[in-house]
Amino acid sequence: MPQAFEPRVELIIKVVLIAVLAGTGALVVFLIAHGRHDDAVGIAVPQPIPFSHKHHVGDVGLDCRFCHVTVETDASPGMPATQVCMTCHSQLFQDQPMFAPLRASVASGQPIVWTQVNRLPDYAYFDHSVHIAKGVGCIECHGRIDQEPLVSKAEALQMRWCVQCHNNPGPHLRPPDEVFSMRPARLSDEEIRSLAQLMRLESKQRLSDCSTCHR
Amino acid sequence: MTPRPPIRIVLDSNVRNGRHPNDHGRVDACGDDNVARPTRRSVVQWLAASMALAASGCSEHPRGTLDSYAHMPEIAVNGTPLYYASACLRDGFAQGVLVATQQGRPVKVEGNPGHPASLGGTDVFAQAEILQLWDPDRSRNVVRRSTDGRSEPSSWPAFMKAWRERPAGAVHVLAGPSTSPTESAGLARLLGGDPGSRWYLDDRAGGAGERAAAQAAFGRPVRWVRHFDRTTLIVSFGADPFSEGPAAVRQAADWARARGDAIAAGRRPPTLVALETMPGLFGARADERLALSPPQIEAALWLCARRLLPALATASTNAPAPGTATGAMAGQGAAMAVSEDAAASAAAERLAQLLERHRGAALLCGADWLSVPSQALLHALAQRFGSDGAIEAIAPPEEGAASLPPPGSLRDLLQAVDHRSVDTLLVLGANPVYTSADGAALAAAMAKVPLGIHFGSHRDETAASCGWHLPCGHVFEQWGDARAFDGSATVLQPVITPLYDTRSPIELLALLAGEPAPDGRALVHAQWKALAGGAGAAGASDFDDFWRRSLRDGVIAGSRSAPLALPPARLPQWGPDRPAPAADAIWGLFPSDASVLDGSHANNGWLQELPRPFTKITWGNALHLGPETARTLGLKTGDLARVRRIDQPAGGIEAPVWVLPGHAERSATLPRGYGRRAAGGIGDQVGVDNAPLRSATPGAVALVIERSGDGHVFAVTQVETDQQDRDLARVIDGAALAAAHGQGPSPSAANPTLYPPVALQGAAWGMAIDLDACIGCNVCTIACQAENNIPVVGPAEIEAGRVMHWIRVDAYRDEADRVLNQPVTCMHCENAPCELVCPVGATVHDSEGLNVQVYNRCVGTRFCSNNCPYKVRRFNFRQYSDVRTEIAKLMHNPDVTVRSRGVMEKCSYCVQRISRARREEQKTGQPNGHDEVRTACQSACPTGAIHFGDLNDPHSDVVQAKASPRHYVMLGELNTRPRTTYLARVGALPKEES
Repeated sequence: MPQAFEPRVELIIKVVLIAVLAGTGALVVFLIAHGRHDDAVGIAVPQPIPFSHKHHVGDVGLDCRFCHVTVETDASPGMPATQVCMTCHSQLFQDQPMFAPLRASVASGQPIVWTQVNRLPDYAYFDHSVHIAKGVGCIECHGRIDQEPLVSKAEALQMRWCVQCHNNPGPHLRPPDEVFSMRPARLSDEEIRSLAQLMRLESKQRLSDCSTCHR
Repeated sequence: MTPRPPIRIVLDSNVRNGRHPNDHGRVDACGDDNVARPTRRSVVQWLAASMALAASGCSEHPRGTLDSYAHMPEIAVNGTPLYYASACLRDGFAQGVLVATQQGRPVKVEGNPGHPASLGGTDVFAQAEILQLWDPDRSRNVVRRSTDGRSEPSSWPAFMKAWRERPAGAVHVLAGPSTSPTESAGLARLLGGDPGSRWYLDDRAGGAGERAAAQAAFGRPVRWVRHFDRTTLIVSFGADPFSEGPAAVRQAADWARARGDAIAAGRRPPTLVALETMPGLFGARADERLALSPPQIEAALWLCARRLLPALATASTNAPAPGTATGAMAGQGAAMAVSEDAAASAAAERLAQLLERHRGAALLCGADWLSVPSQALLHALAQRFGSDGAIEAIAPPEEGAASLPPPGSLRDLLQAVDHRSVDTLLVLGANPVYTSADGAALAAAMAKVPLGIHFGSHRDETAASCGWHLPCGHVFEQWGDARAFDGSATVLQPVITPLYDTRSPIELLALLAGEPAPDGRALVHAQWKALAGGAGAAGASDFDDFWRRSLRDGVIAGSRSAPLALPPARLPQWGPDRPAPAADAIWGLFPSDASVLDGSHANNGWLQELPRPFTKITWGNALHLGPETARTLGLKTGDLARVRRIDQPAGGIEAPVWVLPGHAERSATLPRGYGRRAAGGIGDQVGVDNAPLRSATPGAVALVIERSGDGHVFAVTQVETDQQDRDLARVIDGAALAAAHGQGPSPSAANPTLYPPVALQGAAWGMAIDLDACIGCNVCTIACQAENNIPVVGPAEIEAGRVMHWIRVDAYRDEADRVLNQPVTCMHCENAPCELVCPVGATVHDSEGLNVQVYNRCVGTRFCSNNCPYKVRRFNFRQYSDVRTEIAKLMHNPDVTVRSRGVMEKCSYCVQRISRARREEQKTGQPNGHDEVRTACQSACPTGAIHFGDLNDPHSDVVQAKASPRHYVMLGELNTRPRTTYLARVGALPKEES
């Protein structure tokens, strides 16, 4: 069989092919490493009632626990019951059209169905209460919720982001009385070290075990 | 009550299809037989389509919803189970349980340590109640069958209209066994409406013979409470006290504790003697076991009694006439026919010696198939030889309200229908068309009743022959009460609002008696207020306190029955009273099945897939024969046999044969509960229905068995029962143990290893399984299944070897055909072979020594399973977990991931429970107590065979267990250094000499 290409051309073809393949691979690796996986970060999510954390937390100054009552005791922080809304809104703005779902819930006893903003996969078991107990502030994961008229996702909630904190929790901790505060914590290195000691954190190995979050 | 909106059900769920992935043959182990063979063209089309899909980009995940409470309940705990004390019912008797609810859904059952029938353990049926509750086939609404046979949905108001407009007259009620005082009072009130009203008891629990016998012996009904921990000798005549009857869990627990204490103290544990036909759990632990045919057992009983009771040898016609229910063919007639039998005589001789020696502290148990005179004799023997506290007599807890007349039998009902005197018949919590031997006659009779009403949880065989079907709620959905074997009462409290528009039995009875809107709680409350009034808690505040305490404890204080003072038992008449049947007959027994009982649990996939003890058969039953008998008949395991009664020239049934070493010769056992016709999507047409062979009265039936075919494939989970000298399940000689006492565990020479040493910091979880306490009841398997969301795979997958149970109970036979049970689960090896071969790090060690399986990393290579010497890893070859049936999703434990296809799984030491305890400790700063974490298998085990805990805590139960001289490591020579180790069974003690 006669040769189809000259050796020189053949070499060029080989080099080009290899370059294309290697380039594609490199691109994929680059995209995985640096691409944004979740475009939902920072995008406000519409809700049946346009509840504003900015108003309730930022302006009125409600504590997180006023509505999310089980955040210190349970895995789930808990969504406020209709009754909790009604502590104020049986008196305030109760005739506003935007409160139609609230009035419907009071009348029927059926829940208000909110749209979920932050969601973890079913095989990741996150417990709010233990993070609160160990001094991880709300804003660590949820951001400056006191500035958001409608809540959006503050972090992509990817595993490497979780692990980064589990590997070195110190800088993400706050004194117990500051956990629910929306002010950024400004702690010195010395304070961070003593806080980590005070919280009696589990060993770094324990915190990065698979079984800590997956089961 | 307004009808609830229907819950959407997708009927083609995997659990239900799982039964017949490939109807008869095996599933190809290498490929998915559902995928058609692709053509070149279709491959290119799929490639192009997937490219197009990839190019079109991805959208974000669909957003979930968060439903807030309208009114927040008093206790809203997410992530921590909330326990309610209630009870599970078995033939009307209560077994106290604590029902764990998560987010308001019952997801797990634990035993109630304060309840006399539980002591913290449960049986398999209590564990499977969760699936009974969430069963998609449960009846949801009232159904009316029109005269042309069509069924149409109806409603409670429509039924009540029909009830009020019925022709006036007597109401006939056919009820299943019940111990509920409220139900009994409600029944009495309903029957009191008309003097002609009657009720009939569907005696599926087989208590009629015992009642008649007690009547003959003592002149009154009696139930024995047997204390297995206050005895030195336990003799069973055909019974299995570790699995049968309402006290089985308690009896096993008492025995195991007494045995463990005796062995630890160097004393002789109670001697167990079993005379049995089919191997049972009790026989497997007996010190002396004799495989005898039913007539031989009865003969042994009579011959032994004749030696012990001189009065019996000479008693003649002055003895009272035995009860009427002596139709069983294996009565005295048959017994006398074999009284010359050498085996029976030898057994009788030995029994007489032992009973004489243990007089006062001996316990006797008899099977429910024994003839009435035999049971009366047993009553007499039990009274004479158990007098020193081993047994107590109480009034039967199933005895109803004083105003309730004694029940009729099914035969009485048939007669009444034949005389056209029954216009209204209510069937309450029973399925006699299937469970009774007279089922066909009963179905025909019921069709003739103008107003036939069936009240039950499923639209079963009996519902199909009644004009109306009314849905009954599950025991976890409603108020009620029930008594345990010793008379202790429990208030059953609902743990969830009814899923469907159902009523409870007490509500139905009140409704029919004319109460417009009965409330279950008010009925039970009023009943106990009246009962407690007599007991002294009369004041209103006293009673409120009493009521709350009873609900919290799960037992009503002081409700235990007082012991009866009995007159000396009258001895039954001695002598053959009927002609002996053909001596060459094969005696058939039809006991309730170990998994589905009398068929009431046939629609429960967990139970169907639970390997039956001794055979490891799942999804079906078999005609069990002794090896010699099978050889004579030319039968082998897997053959089909035509079985008919000797008094029926034709007919009979065809059943697959299982030759079972240790089964008595000249006898056959075919468990009942199979061949259901209207159980539901899971239980229909599984196995063979033995109803055509059974006699209406209890007793063995003479059978003719002929070979008719072969090729039946059983779905079994264990094929090899020989240990092949590998010493997996060990037995230590009693004498050797005595010598080893006080020396601690045998030093296990730590083999050298190239692995880095495992640091023991923090907690180090470990397990020890005591083979001496294990009775092989399987409850660990099903407790694990409930706790860990383990799917049901169906018989075809079991045949292909794809069992999913995380903890299995292996059964090995020794040379003497004694069965040794060994629960095997993931060993959590310190040098784990599985971890080395996983290419993606999906199985790794955590810092507390758990060998964890990370589902989200697993890519399904199955290398780990191949490299596991204990074969405890389970692979999801298909999408076994039912993620489509909405109602079935609700039973999942939210703390455990539901695995999908292509993922390996295995025992995790209940890591979710460990995690919960750890998080609690971290949150509160208070260290957990010793043995705070209990695994699901451990807490369900009635005999406490499973020890689990922190190896770094010197006070933990597991550390103490592992210090035993019986401690050993399974396959220790592989140097896997497993965290789960075993305690050897204590072998047969030197035979007692007389």
